[in-house]
Amino acid sequence: MTDHKPPTPPDDEISSPDSVSRRGFVKQVGRISASSVLGTAALMTNSDEAEANSDWAEWFQGSYRLMSDEEKAEACARLERRYSEEYDKQVTVDSTPAQEGVLFGYALNIQKCIGCRRCAKACVKENNQSRGDQEIEWIRVLKMEKGDFDAAKMADGYPDSYGIQVGGNAYSASGVVLEGEHYYEPEKVPEEDAFYMPMQCMQCEKPPCVKVCPVRTTYREPDGVVVIDYNWCIGCRMCIGACPYWARRFNWGEPKLPKSEMNPNTHYYGNRPRMKGVVEKCTFCMQRTRKGRYPACVEVCPVGARKFGNLLDPDSEIRRVLATKKVFRLKAELNTYPKFFYYMD
Amino acid sequence: MKKKMSFVADYCVYVCKGGSKFYTWLGFLFLFVLAWAYGNYQQLTQGMIVTGLTDQVSWGLYLANFVFLVGVAAGAVTVVFPAYVYKHKGLHEVAVLGEMLAIAAVVMCMLFVINHMGRPDRLWHMLPFIGIYNWPGSMLTWDVIVLCGYLVLNLLGGFYFLYKKYANEPLNKGFYLPVIYIAIVWALSIHTVTAFLINTMPARPMWHHGMMPIRFISTAFAAGPALIIVIFTIVRNNTKLWIKDEAIDILSQIVVWCLGIALFLTMSEVVTELYHPTEHSLGLQYLMFGHNGLNALVPWFWFSIIALIGSFILLLIPAIRKDHKKLPYICVVVFAGIWVEKGMGLLIPGSIPSPIGEFTQYSPTLIEIFNCLGNWAIGFIVLTILLKGAIGILLGEVKYASE
Repeated sequence: MTDHKPPTPPDDEISSPDSVSRRGFVKQVGRISASSVLGTAALMTNSDEAEANSDWAEWFQGSYRLMSDEEKAEACARLERRYSEEYDKQVTVDSTPAQEGVLFGYALNIQKCIGCRRCAKACVKENNQSRGDQEIEWIRVLKMEKGDFDAAKMADGYPDSYGIQVGGNAYSASGVVLEGEHYYEPEKVPEEDAFYMPMQCMQCEKPPCVKVCPVRTTYREPDGVVVIDYNWCIGCRMCIGACPYWARRFNWGEPKLPKSEMNPNTHYYGNRPRMKGVVEKCTFCMQRTRKGRYPACVEVCPVGARKFGNLLDPDSEIRRVLATKKVFRLKAELNTYPKFFYYMD
Repeated sequence: MKKKMSFVADYCVYVCKGGSKFYTWLGFLFLFVLAWAYGNYQQLTQGMIVTGLTDQVSWGLYLANFVFLVGVAAGAVTVVFPAYVYKHKGLHEVAVLGEMLAIAAVVMCMLFVINHMGRPDRLWHMLPFIGIYNWPGSMLTWDVIVLCGYLVLNLLGGFYFLYKKYANEPLNKGFYLPVIYIAIVWALSIHTVTAFLINTMPARPMWHHGMMPIRFISTAFAAGPALIIVIFTIVRNNTKLWIKDEAIDILSQIVVWCLGIALFLTMSEVVTELYHPTEHSLGLQYLMFGHNGLNALVPWFWFSIIALIGSFILLLIPAIRKDHKKLPYICVVVFAGIWVEKGMGLLIPGSIPSPIGEFTQYSPTLIEIFNCLGNWAIGFIVLTILLKGAIGILLGEVKYASE
């Protein structure tokens, strides 16, 4: 497959994000493609011409992964037209492929995290998630108790029939990792009796979610990011069942994304607006990171707890963290090989 | 060819004509189909948000019914197996009714899967060649293969038999028997693969153990014949087809032994998980005892346990098991008990707590219930029609009239 190793785009393309798809679009003009024929067919049956045209072409679109470069550009241009119309602004849908020699990795310093959840909010803003009563967040921050040890409770326990105490309740758990408390609403953070553990997609090297997908709509890109082709997803939610990190979210209804809050710089695999009935999750801000920028959560973190970079580059910050800090991965026993590491100084 | 055309014509005419009881029954089922149409319209236009499902509990009533009905479809083999492998005379005469039940059950399975999908309009993405069929990697694609295969085998075996009977021609055993024997093994595969569908996910510890396939099969082979006993009783009382007592007796024996095995496996799981409960036992603990006041599933679990143990004990007593007046009522309880065991007892608590330890209650919405009842109603309409046609041919009321 040629698209495994795409050529590195020249610098001028990086500075103008939409040039690839623009050029692709111009190349498409006048070419009779399968989708435009279908679009024409749709024109005859539907009154709302432009919308029907792009809806039908989108519906008949094949798997993005298997498209030729021209078809990819055409698909992105089609989405750009639809989104620009829907959100009343010039929207770009980038198709920058994975760069050669890049394997993205992430490290999070749980010693520094103060539980402010600016990362979660910045993520929503950047990645065009649904808002309001249907808000979707890809990052959830778990609050962990520091526990309680009480001399008065020393005798609370489980006496057996001889009166011998065989178990106790003298302490409440401290440092229990997965208790699911991610709805905490304190006046200010960090709270005295708690520490925090943010979670998001771990971009596993052996992702269980990818294995179970019946239509191969979710897969690992060459730069190590597990992506979803939102247009190919059938909404069976096998991947949600298979994910041990609860990283995946489903669009139960039509996503609610106000025009004014829509981020127009999008990527096909990344933050472009989703539709109802499909699964979504963190992509390490593909629209940013493939252009050499940091993910939004890394940028916004006020305490510098989040590190991101190229695992293949021995001089990168992420490699330095892995080499010099105490690092662990969550649920390592499941052999998913996350590229999302936790560490302490 | 003419014979085949006249089979289709005679069959269609026969299944559409019936007495007032027949039309009342179909009319009753059709009321649920109306609610189903409303529910499906809502779900298709607004999305799955009209269901009670959440990111935490993203598999619910639809998939629970699907899993249960795969078992019912597989359970139909309890008629075919004794008939052809043990040459059981009483069952041999009516084996085709088992195949008709299997067809109706698979139809219901498909309806439930489509309801479960967020994008049923994109089902074509699964078609080989046109779309991507992620086989053998994805367990769901295995499930599609075994279910479609089972449907084809039962359509083939069932309607070939009916056609030959209609035409009064001898069966071509070289063709027919292989179909039957393959279908018998295939029946085991459908429930095995459905168990693999959910137990191959280490993210869901409640399901992630090797006992799942045999538990699935033992409950299926209790629920399937239990339903068949009820159906046979209705057929005996309402049509001219007399199903022999010995046919019902062998089925009730299958029910009691498979129920016994199922209860033994449940007990094994409870002891293993709760002797020293770990985090992986939280789902079972939530199911059995609730969690800090969240106990929506607790009554269901205990209903199912009491129903299954109670009916097992009753069915062990020969005088009750062979009393064909009482037996169907016990079978209804067995069927309901296993439906609860598969749904509220297995599929839903498998998602609770979530992989990050969050306990979320799930309760289906009215629309979800409409859709579920509608799928069952459509299944029973299909079953009624299939059984009527098969019985008509078995009785000789529909046969080829050469002019």
